[in-house]
Amino acid sequence: MNSFKFSRKVLGIPYAVFLLVFVAAPLAVLLYFAFTNGQGQFTAENLTGFFTDPNTLGTLFYSFGIAVVTTAVCLLLAYPAAYILASGRWKAKSVLIMLFIIPMWINFSLRITALKEILTWLEGNLAYHPFLNTVIGMTYDFLPFMILPIYTAISRLDGALLEAARDLGAGEAQAFLKVTLPLSVPGIISGVSMVFLPAMTNYVVLDMLYNSTYIMGSLIGSYFAAYNWHGGSMIALILLAIICLFTLFTSGMEEENVRGGTLL
Amino acid sequence: MDKRTNIIELKHITKTYEDGFSAVEDFNLEVKQGEFITFLGPSGCGKTTTLRMIAGFDIPTEGEILLNGKPITDLPPNKRPINTVFQRYALFPHMNIYENIAFGLKQRKMPRAVIEKKVKKVLELVDLEGFENRRTDTLSGGQQQRVAIARAVVNEPQILLLDEPLGALDLKMRKEMQLELKEMHRELGITFIYVTHDQEEALTMSDKIVVMSEGKMQQIGTPEDIYNEPVNAFVADFIGESNIFNGIMTGKLRARFCGGEFACVDDVEEGTHITAVARPEDVALTSPERGTIRGIVTSVIFKGMHYEITIESGKNEIVAQSVHSAAVGERVGIRVEPDNIHIMLAEDHTNIFKAEINKNYGLEYNGRILNARLTDMIKGSREDENGTLLDANGLEIDRQKIRVMVSIQPQDIRMTDEIEQGLVQGYISNLIYKGDHYSYVIHTDLEQDFVVDDEYLWNMEDQVGLLMPEEKMTFTVRR
Amino acid sequence: MIRKIWKSTVMTAILLFLYLPILVLAVYSFTDASNIGAIRGFSLQNYVTLFTTPELVRMILGTIVLALSSAAIATVLGTLGAIGSFYSKKGMASAITTMNQIPVVNADVVTGFSICILLVVVLGVSKDTFIPLAAGHVTLCAPFVFLSVIPKLKQMDSSIYEAALDLGASPFTALVKVVIPQIMPGIVSGFALAVTLSLDDYFVATYTKPATFDTISTYVVNATKGAQTTIKTALWALSTVLFLAVALTVAVMNVRAEKRSREGNGV
Repeated sequence: MNSFKFSRKVLGIPYAVFLLVFVAAPLAVLLYFAFTNGQGQFTAENLTGFFTDPNTLGTLFYSFGIAVVTTAVCLLLAYPAAYILASGRWKAKSVLIMLFIIPMWINFSLRITALKEILTWLEGNLAYHPFLNTVIGMTYDFLPFMILPIYTAISRLDGALLEAARDLGAGEAQAFLKVTLPLSVPGIISGVSMVFLPAMTNYVVLDMLYNSTYIMGSLIGSYFAAYNWHGGSMIALILLAIICLFTLFTSGMEEENVRGGTLL
Repeated sequence: MDKRTNIIELKHITKTYEDGFSAVEDFNLEVKQGEFITFLGPSGCGKTTTLRMIAGFDIPTEGEILLNGKPITDLPPNKRPINTVFQRYALFPHMNIYENIAFGLKQRKMPRAVIEKKVKKVLELVDLEGFENRRTDTLSGGQQQRVAIARAVVNEPQILLLDEPLGALDLKMRKEMQLELKEMHRELGITFIYVTHDQEEALTMSDKIVVMSEGKMQQIGTPEDIYNEPVNAFVADFIGESNIFNGIMTGKLRARFCGGEFACVDDVEEGTHITAVARPEDVALTSPERGTIRGIVTSVIFKGMHYEITIESGKNEIVAQSVHSAAVGERVGIRVEPDNIHIMLAEDHTNIFKAEINKNYGLEYNGRILNARLTDMIKGSREDENGTLLDANGLEIDRQKIRVMVSIQPQDIRMTDEIEQGLVQGYISNLIYKGDHYSYVIHTDLEQDFVVDDEYLWNMEDQVGLLMPEEKMTFTVRR
Repeated sequence: MIRKIWKSTVMTAILLFLYLPILVLAVYSFTDASNIGAIRGFSLQNYVTLFTTPELVRMILGTIVLALSSAAIATVLGTLGAIGSFYSKKGMASAITTMNQIPVVNADVVTGFSICILLVVVLGVSKDTFIPLAAGHVTLCAPFVFLSVIPKLKQMDSSIYEAALDLGASPFTALVKVVIPQIMPGIVSGFALAVTLSLDDYFVATYTKPATFDTISTYVVNATKGAQTTIKTALWALSTVLFLAVALTVAVMNVRAEKRSREGNGV
């Protein structure tokens, strides 16, 4: 009965199975490993261990520090850029937008290599300013991901709203603060969510810029290298919890399909 | 008797959705070969759902559809010799006009030469010769409409379904297309089933009209039947403008409504509650002394061919059409010729009134609180800690935006002498003996008529209070 | 006027920040210098090394093959998933959409690590089979294909599918001849996105790849740790080639898009 509708629905089954096997199942295994030890016994040691060991706690705070500073710097650079791009009358706007997209298409490790060469030439020895270099590296890597969603939010703003604000007596600064800024918040949130989490986890940037301090991502890497699946799973789980909290706070406020929408 | 065979029959068709909503209920219809039949009704009346079941896009929950006497109820749409002209055309945007029209023929694996010939011919039929290679988005709305029609009729379907095909066109274009469609119907001889909410369109084009409301067929008949002899107040109101009054038969071929006694030609038993309909063009204005009833002119609007004159008579409002103007404030008499009054049996005597919603989401009528909660009436709704009413999806329900209608049967209302105890007060304006009980009409202080059944005899003009127990009330929430 | 200059200055400064390192590296890739800042003579040696060292060529080709094949699988799965979920009942659709969202918001480290744990540690699949790597990259990419197809399905006039059935097409024909062409732009951009994500990935690959296989990312990261100068400067050439390739692709796409929009408006 009703066979023609049936056939469209079944198309989703392979993908649903795929998601169950490669998304849901790995997370379930992660949960299991995080709360067991090498002998397969249930334990909360991995969790308590993380929150009592000064080293791992230090890593958590250092990650937060890097992420907060990187996000702030990205936002400070990206907002003016996005605003100018969206509100200015540029002769070749589409080319300008493309110029902000192109870097995202180039392999990030090669781009960091390029940055590293420049920084080495400027600073001599990178080891003198590990924190600064890391923030520069991450800003360099993630900046386009902050600019584009903000640009999208501002350019979607109805010009008549600004005219209405001016018409109702708002000055230019007032109009910006009361209309443009609040309406670009979804773009800012999308941008922040695309910068903050990678900044906590992308330890390759640190590695390549000779910053030997750990961030959360490095912990997973080191547990992985030591075949400690249980410890690594717990870190992954904690990261997942942070991501969930973050998503919970920002859900419904973001621009849709940010990562994909930004890349293309 | 019409000798033509039934091409399609719908038997006891019901369509109920998963959420319990019934779009169509026990719908029965027989359509003859070659007929132009129109489903007419307001949006949400089930006309499109019925059409979709004939096309095969929806499967009825109950009932059977027969095509040439053979059941096709579960047959998928691609296996039915029925084609549809969609509301917003549904042309394939990635194909040109030729490819669009040839689509159905290609599915039937016709030879290329035949397809080319047929497409050319149908393009002539819809006056779009030479449009083969145009893209769909380069056509005007009217041209797209013609392509949509061509794409359907080129397959020589046994039935052509048209789902509000002219809804997106402007008025002038619509009038033109109405005539063309009618012409096409004559030329092709195919059965047309047409869906519209536009009564004028239905009256102009159809051989037969099916008036629908709330998933049910209200009336089926020729345009003349539907217009002149509506079976109930809904049809009368939906088809053309009407003056509709509740009333009662007071003698042989005599009816009392609108504050006067009128002669009529419908023989209905004395004492029966009726609904009387008079079309505005049949309402004649005379001098006050010659009118059956009298009133004051409250508005006069020039409509080009005639004046539309509104008269207030007591609590009633009557609309008349006249080639002569009248002055606002003028006192006039009103006459309606007996054969221009259409008498229908009142469907039932259910009393319906609107309840007020107070701040606490309680209900009030006549300043008295009813023992009924809004949360019990809206499925899944609840009140949150701030006292805001939320629906099943947790969204706020705006008190201003909903109406609660209360209905109660005549036998469930009791009259009392202690008038302050009644939910509402009034006087007895009419009474009829119904064999085992009296049926009273009480005209309340809120200017509404209630029908009350009581076994004891009360006197005309008695002041009474009406006792209405909440448990006998039915509440309907409308958003 | 001052405002205009100020705006241009900010714009230029940010673009310089984004492009200067790549451009400087590009210039130096055509010299025989081993460090930036040293002024040396013109040379194509880096390009010769890049295209003649078997290790490098294998790594580049391997990355491309991996990207294209995992993007292809992801595109098929994600597109079918999007169509299926779009026409499914609400519960099923929201289940798929929610699961689909997980790899999108998740950190790639976690995605890669969790797939490695399941496939390699629990199920004992050898990394040398390339199965964990392919699974990882498809998991990384397919959700984005899904996300770029869904809006096209929403934009599509739902009655055109019914129109195709009405005209006698079977559900399969209707899907192939009517629905797929309508959502093609979404599928294509989903595929392009998938290729980019796979090419850019380091974390999923590093946890799931065979020990002897390298993608550009894993290779570059390892190469910067070791200090083999010829390889290091050959990677400058790779960065330049990649930059030119991307710039060219983007330019061509841009010109074509503009042409199409002009044609659309012209009639």
